[in-house]
Amino acid sequence: MSLLGENFMTEEGEFVINMGPQHPSTHGVLHLKVWLDGETIKKVQPHLGYIHRSIEKMSERLSYRNFIYATSRMDYLSAHINNQACALAVEKGLQVEVPARAQAIRVLLAELTRLQSHQLWWGCTGLDLGAVTPFFYAFREREAIMEIFEETCGARLTQNFCVPGGVMYDVNPNFQKRVKDVMQQIKSKYREYEEILTGNVIFENRTKGVGYLSKEDAISFGVTGPTARASGISCDIRKWFPYDGYEKLDFEEVVMEGGDCYTRYMARIEEMKQSVHIIEQMIDNLPEGDIQGKTKNVIKLPKGEFYQKVETARGELGVYIVSDGAASPYRIKYRSPNFSNLSALETMSVGTKIGDLVAIMATIDLVIPDIDR
Amino acid sequence: MFLKDYFGTIFKSIKSLLTGMRKTGYYFTHPKEILTEEYPDNRATLKMFDRFKGEVTMPHNENNEHRCTGCQACEIACPNGTIKIITKQEIKEDGKKKKAIEAFVYHLELCTLCNNCITSCPSDAIVMAQTYEHSVYDKTQLKKILNKPGSKIMEGVE
Ligand code: SF4
Ligand code: SF4
Repeated sequence: MSLLGENFMTEEGEFVINMGPQHPSTHGVLHLKVWLDGETIKKVQPHLGYIHRSIEKMSERLSYRNFIYATSRMDYLSAHINNQACALAVEKGLQVEVPARAQAIRVLLAELTRLQSHQLWWGCTGLDLGAVTPFFYAFREREAIMEIFEETCGARLTQNFCVPGGVMYDVNPNFQKRVKDVMQQIKSKYREYEEILTGNVIFENRTKGVGYLSKEDAISFGVTGPTARASGISCDIRKWFPYDGYEKLDFEEVVMEGGDCYTRYMARIEEMKQSVHIIEQMIDNLPEGDIQGKTKNVIKLPKGEFYQKVETARGELGVYIVSDGAASPYRIKYRSPNFSNLSALETMSVGTKIGDLVAIMATIDLVIPDIDR
Repeated sequence: MFLKDYFGTIFKSIKSLLTGMRKTGYYFTHPKEILTEEYPDNRATLKMFDRFKGEVTMPHNENNEHRCTGCQACEIACPNGTIKIITKQEIKEDGKKKKAIEAFVYHLELCTLCNNCITSCPSDAIVMAQTYEHSVYDKTQLKKILNKPGSKIMEGVE
């Protein structure tokens, strides 16, 4: 056996190298041990735990109002959606009615979150595949969305805007105007995106036919989100198990056949368009009314188990709460999308070249703190 | 056939390269559309949004009075023990004892800026300030006492 993090040669002549934990294309501290024959990948083994913060255990000590903030630090690009999942799980236990206005605000912010997350992913994918320019263009639009968050929630990434029963504050008076402006801006820039990256020959050659994930493999690994939908699985929680009023909205689930990196790329681009479509439907008819349902100051869930799943920008996030009737949860478990998506990485990448591994990782869109929690 | 494909690919590559370069050229010649903010040079004009969560502060009025009753609701609401409230018993003119704060200790280095303390305060004694430069050389400087020396509670706040 060798030390963790050591590069060596096996007896069969396979070279074992460590990609990460500090590698620019792993977007964080993901440590991949890669077995190589020449340049061809034979085996990939992820090593986890570099940023484990024990969020689940920590939550057992916190009250039902307080544990929500920590989930912003899991998948930090879908922070608002994570908070929403926790709030929904607590509401399920309490059986409180969430006012229509609060639901609409939550959904609007969730779709904005999805949009900014995909925007960042788009820029990073370009960067990983050797195109620096898209990164800056993506950040231009993302910055506009971040300003919406900053103005309404007070923070750019770790909003903590959802509370059990509704949202913390009403939206800022500028909110509607600003969102409309940003939607106009984003729609006018789609063409630019397609020109720079989608139609580019180098990009197409590096992604088409690379990192194939079959439908069966995707199901057996529990892959969700755009990654699974690009393999032809219909798994959008917003459609199948609607929450917070998604059932009333008109949008399409993006399901594509193909299963390679390019299809995953296109699936996310299409999803951005759907998000814009959802936001445009809602922004002009925000219902009037309260922003918080009636909850007690100290929340106590009845004895039992509560599960709520939502669709984050990367897939299905499940929040499982076991309550023994006290003011803090007995046990909390998060089913995080990135952990399952990462497990399919080896199947996708065996037999490809080491350069393709970067492309595959980029199109799975991993966020490492969500894997470790 | 092979030659045709070969040159076709070259032609396509050059074309997609030029498409990309055209965009770059466009922004090169239109500097007005570039949005970079040159921090820290723009410090004087940089203004954060009103709701921006910078740090927890306790506003005082001109008579050096605050609204905090020392009820410790914020201390309980805080998920990571950022707030410590040291209380004392004050004897009022009519002889009755009353709880008041000795010190509102706030550890900025532990604060996650989650806003739970602000929403839990029944007498609106604390607010978020819009500060954003918190670097110091020594972590003990981040421990702050929010009530000013000699301050007392505002009339009429229960
Ligand atoms: S903002 Fe959150 S972490 Fe900071 S003091 Fe208030 S409750 Fe505690
Ligand atoms: S700041 Fe507010 S919640 Fe905290 S002790 Fe003072 S009055 Fe109570």
